[in-house]
Amino acid sequence: MKKEHNHMKNKKFGMCIDLDKCTGCGSCMVACMSENNVPFREDETDKRKSITWMKVYKITNNLSFPDTEVCYIPRPCMHCEGHDGHSPCVSVCPATATDYDMSTGIVSQIYTRCFGCRYCMGACPYHARYFNWWDPVWPAEMEKYLSPDVSPRMRGVVEKCNFCYPRYQRALDNAYNDGRSDIDEDEYQTACTQGCPAGAITFGDLNNKSHAVYKLKKSHRAFRLLERLGTNPKVYYLSSKEWVHRAGDNYLEGENLKNIKKSHH
Amino acid sequence: MDSALIPKGVKRCPLPVFILGIVIIGIVLLWGVYAMILCWLKGLNQTNMNDYYGFALWIWADLAIIALGGGAFFTGLLRYIFGLDELKNIINYAVLIGFICYSSALLILAIDVGQPLRSWFIFWHANVHSMLTEVAFCLSCYFSVLAIEYIPLILENRQIDKIPFFHHLGHNMHKIMAVFAATGAFLSCFHQGSLGGVAGVLYGRPFAYREGLLVWPWTFFLFTWSAAACGPCFTILITKITEFITGKKLVKDNVIDLLAKISGWMLGSYMIAKIVDTIYWAMVTAPSLGFTLMDFYKDNPFYGIWILFVEIVICGILPAVILLIPKLRQNKLLLYTTITLASIGVCLNRWVMVLQVMAAPVMSFDTWAMYIPSWQEIATTILPFAYGAILIMISFRYLPIFPQEKELNPVE
Repeated sequence: MKKEHNHMKNKKFGMCIDLDKCTGCGSCMVACMSENNVPFREDETDKRKSITWMKVYKITNNLSFPDTEVCYIPRPCMHCEGHDGHSPCVSVCPATATDYDMSTGIVSQIYTRCFGCRYCMGACPYHARYFNWWDPVWPAEMEKYLSPDVSPRMRGVVEKCNFCYPRYQRALDNAYNDGRSDIDEDEYQTACTQGCPAGAITFGDLNNKSHAVYKLKKSHRAFRLLERLGTNPKVYYLSSKEWVHRAGDNYLEGENLKNIKKSHH
Repeated sequence: MDSALIPKGVKRCPLPVFILGIVIIGIVLLWGVYAMILCWLKGLNQTNMNDYYGFALWIWADLAIIALGGGAFFTGLLRYIFGLDELKNIINYAVLIGFICYSSALLILAIDVGQPLRSWFIFWHANVHSMLTEVAFCLSCYFSVLAIEYIPLILENRQIDKIPFFHHLGHNMHKIMAVFAATGAFLSCFHQGSLGGVAGVLYGRPFAYREGLLVWPWTFFLFTWSAAACGPCFTILITKITEFITGKKLVKDNVIDLLAKISGWMLGSYMIAKIVDTIYWAMVTAPSLGFTLMDFYKDNPFYGIWILFVEIVICGILPAVILLIPKLRQNKLLLYTTITLASIGVCLNRWVMVLQVMAAPVMSFDTWAMYIPSWQEIATTILPFAYGAILIMISFRYLPIFPQEKELNPVE
């Protein structure tokens, strides 16, 4: 089995989110919370203390009616590759509690090793990392609905989207039981992908030519958030609107979007 | 009642007055301890930190008190390595202040982590690429060095010194203190630097990010430099406060003047480096990431360009100039103002490199995040000051901290 793994090409799981299709309904957020046993409290007024592995931002082009346009940006963890796996958050964690997996491209979080220093949160420009300010408590009858494959997190540790990694493990287990060494595209899909009623989210191996994300990421509509920082994220966004592309990064006045993007690809 | 413990040839206040002082400060200390226990038992939900402010008041306090405690390593370096003998008259106090600062920093860190019982993971599962790992290792080692430097002073207590073993131990420790001072200076350079690196390596945060030399961002060097410049100012400041409270002159003016002059040179050269760094960051680094300087200083209720002006001009260039001109630094009022400004300046720098980094939005559609600490955060931040005051009071009363005290205040 080990030999087979060595011969397998490294995967690079990633996501393409079509913002032209996204309606901002929030189903991806609900699916994510449900799948990943994300804790919540009775009072979630303070959104900066709410844990939302997947968060939908609403942006506008700042023009007045009738030219106003709105776009919703679902934001999971970007699973940044940085330069050779040097993600902003992974390199700063003092206790190696978060890791960049070269075989999948997934940035993991080891809850039982995290001691809650929160340096990774400070390092992430996307605010994709969340701290458990409270112990997770679910209503008694709800405990039966928790995902059995996903460990709940304790107070005092950081958590974040892991591209539903337990689903990947389950898919690998199934493939192994069937005598296969690899899985098909549809065998491993994230909860947000499956939960999106508009089909705006596509998930797969960015290295695999047969996967939909491989083609989508090359679309002229594709861009990534904060590419200029060099975070090298694995979540691509698709939009036909130039103002949306421009909102995805920071530009100086008069900077030409296309020239900047070219120099960073 | 406790006269047998008080060093010979010096006068101390009556014991009831001393105890009253301890009790008053002890109440503040207990308030901090109560808040600390709340944080440990109930968790960090007792704070006003949130997912935008993973680092907040406590990390600032850590960085600030470590910078202020930098007087210990730098004065030690000057005294033991560069042989500036006059500084032996203030080195004890510099070590004590350093010891208080570093033990306080470790205490605050122990409250600040979400799972304090796992704190040892930073050593056990150490990630060598993390600046925080370097901080943890160097900080712990340097704290041990400071404890070793403080022990001979404790052994000089009149009653302890009577025991031959402790007398010889203290004597021999004094003899090899240069080795510890050198070790301390080396360790301190690294952890002061790595604290600067904590912010400087954040390439996802354009406000903090700096290029640098090999694996060290420029903030690495700037933090060490500023601690060496402002740490001695804080040592002088605390010495002057102690003199004011005790109503005695404890250190001769020539000692203070020498340390102030060296601080002036360090602060002046640091300001040149800081200005060059700021200009390069504002003109090259930030624009290459799509930001102008003013993007970091507008659209929010607090962080205006004034903060940069105060840090560089009011608390940097101005004190440096005053400390470098003998006539000016020998004017007492100017000296006190200057060392206070320099101490505030380094604290302001640490505030900016922690809090403003968290506050400034990076995604174009994100907004500034403001933060006001909870009373539990404030109480636990005041706690080290109370603890420090008590330790200074006890040490001053029972240990010969100031070698020139007898000469300057002869008892009739």
